[in-house]
Amino acid sequence: MHRALIYPAQLRPTLLCKALALGAALLAADPAAASIAWVSNEKDNSLSLIDLQRLEVIDTLPVGQRPRGLLLSHDNRLLYICASDSDRVQVMDVATRKIIKELPSGKDPEQFALHPNDRWLYVSNEDDALVTVIDTQTSEVLGQIGVGVEPEGMAVSPDGKWAVNTSETTNMLHWIDTSTQTLADNTLVDQRPRFVEFNRDGTQLWASAEIGGTLTILDVATRQVLKTLTFQIKGVHPDKVQPVGIKLSADGTLAFVALGPANHVAVIDAKTFEVLDYLLVGRRVWQLAFTPDQKQLLATNGVSGDVSVIDVERRKVLKSVKVGRYPWGVVVTP
Amino acid sequence: MSAYWHCFSGIVMREWLRFVLQRTRLLSALVRPLLWLLVFAAGFRAALGIAIIAPYDTYIPYEVYIVPGLACMILLFNGMQGSLSMVYDREMGSMRVLLTSPLPRAFLLASKLLATSLISLLQVYAFLAIAWLYGIQPPAMGLLLALPALLLVALMLSALGLLLSNAIRQLENFAGVMNFVIFPMFFLSSALYPLWKMQEASPWLYWLCAVSPFTHGVELVRYALYEQFNLLAMAVCVGLTLVFALLAVWTFNPQHAALRKAN
Repeated sequence: MHRALIYPAQLRPTLLCKALALGAALLAADPAAASIAWVSNEKDNSLSLIDLQRLEVIDTLPVGQRPRGLLLSHDNRLLYICASDSDRVQVMDVATRKIIKELPSGKDPEQFALHPNDRWLYVSNEDDALVTVIDTQTSEVLGQIGVGVEPEGMAVSPDGKWAVNTSETTNMLHWIDTSTQTLADNTLVDQRPRFVEFNRDGTQLWASAEIGGTLTILDVATRQVLKTLTFQIKGVHPDKVQPVGIKLSADGTLAFVALGPANHVAVIDAKTFEVLDYLLVGRRVWQLAFTPDQKQLLATNGVSGDVSVIDVERRKVLKSVKVGRYPWGVVVTP
Repeated sequence: MSAYWHCFSGIVMREWLRFVLQRTRLLSALVRPLLWLLVFAAGFRAALGIAIIAPYDTYIPYEVYIVPGLACMILLFNGMQGSLSMVYDREMGSMRVLLTSPLPRAFLLASKLLATSLISLLQVYAFLAIAWLYGIQPPAMGLLLALPALLLVALMLSALGLLLSNAIRQLENFAGVMNFVIFPMFFLSSALYPLWKMQEASPWLYWLCAVSPFTHGVELVRYALYEQFNLLAMAVCVGLTLVFALLAVWTFNPQHAALRKAN
């Protein structure tokens, strides 16, 4: 009421128009920025959201204790978060950025994988040597499968037939038959396997061994080792080469492996299994994620507390964006 | 006006001829920074990948960090070598020939500064080209933007060299310039280590490095190479170039002590 008295009448519509125009401009500019990286900060109990156009943190969301593994539902509407020290998997609504549900994951969930049916979640329980299968819709535990000591990495094959878990201390890959939810086979790999990833057509399984310092590529049909790769980086002591996160490009040409405290990401020709390059990133690089167009790759650097953005085609690190303390997992929504 | 141009181009030509005729000079100007880059920096490769420092957006290997400093090292040596050649010219009498020109002395000296700076730039870009092949590839725009920055730093250091040459009595004293000017300037700067590293080592060292003109020159070039502008470094370099040049012209004495005696 008072404002109407203070401002001359003819001025008000102009101001209003300007404000509306500005608002419209902001709204119009926003959708172009769309792609957002969601990063779990292990020590801060939070998620950092990075706008991938501006390469800036735009939001920080509090979540459960010690968030690590992250994954998205197939329609990118739900974000699953392993809140390791809260002993549960949290489900966040991507649109509202609110936790809408919590799933009974068993103790200390670290990594997980979603079945192609978009319902079954395979969670590794590090302290209990178990893999817990949860129905994400009913929140029911469908089963618990005994695996090796300190289960860690988790992946489900694209055809949904296999769920593979790695156990850090037993040094094995455990092949779980998803039709019966029972253990079908084990494959011995190098010391402390931490991460597994299927290629797109499901013919190969890539597994990293942190202490062994190697990467093993297996043929899924025979479950035999095709190739074991080692890494040598100029000026970096071999003990520091500790492979963890793996990502394979959708076109099947390239693979990227995070090398932990070696502070580098290895670029591998996915056809010849040759290491093409090493890219310098921050300290203790953990996990990787592609942007939806696969033009960029993100790497979480645990100790230095930032996320490095890599130009995939030029194989160059563009920028490292500061996030919270000990960033661990990362996923990207379009 | 044409007289000025004629004079200027003559001075540039002389420097150019001197540069071309002494092939070893280009070689030695390149060998020094390349040794630092290919041998010294290779050993320290992983030493710096632990913090992000402006103007870089991400982690860099040591070789990338050291390149702007080494480019400026070429300018530093050339600037000082310019002072050596002034002393030489004075002793050999060619300075007298130059000064028979009716044009103002300040113009003659400024032309000389610019001439040696332009020759230095050729060497710097030769070095940057080799560094590029070695894998240190700043953005193309940055290489262009670095040109004025490099020229300014070259002028600043040449002016300093000229000023010093006024103080040097004999050719043999150049070794003193090496020990008391070039090395302290190079090591007490951000050329080899970022300032925060120095701060960790000792606050005294940090301050010595932070106020060094050479640090500002290196940082100006470093920022320009990565398409950024460092206002402080720019202001310091412009200011010091003017101060050094004015002092150099003011204290300039074409007659060498030995010649004065002979007279």
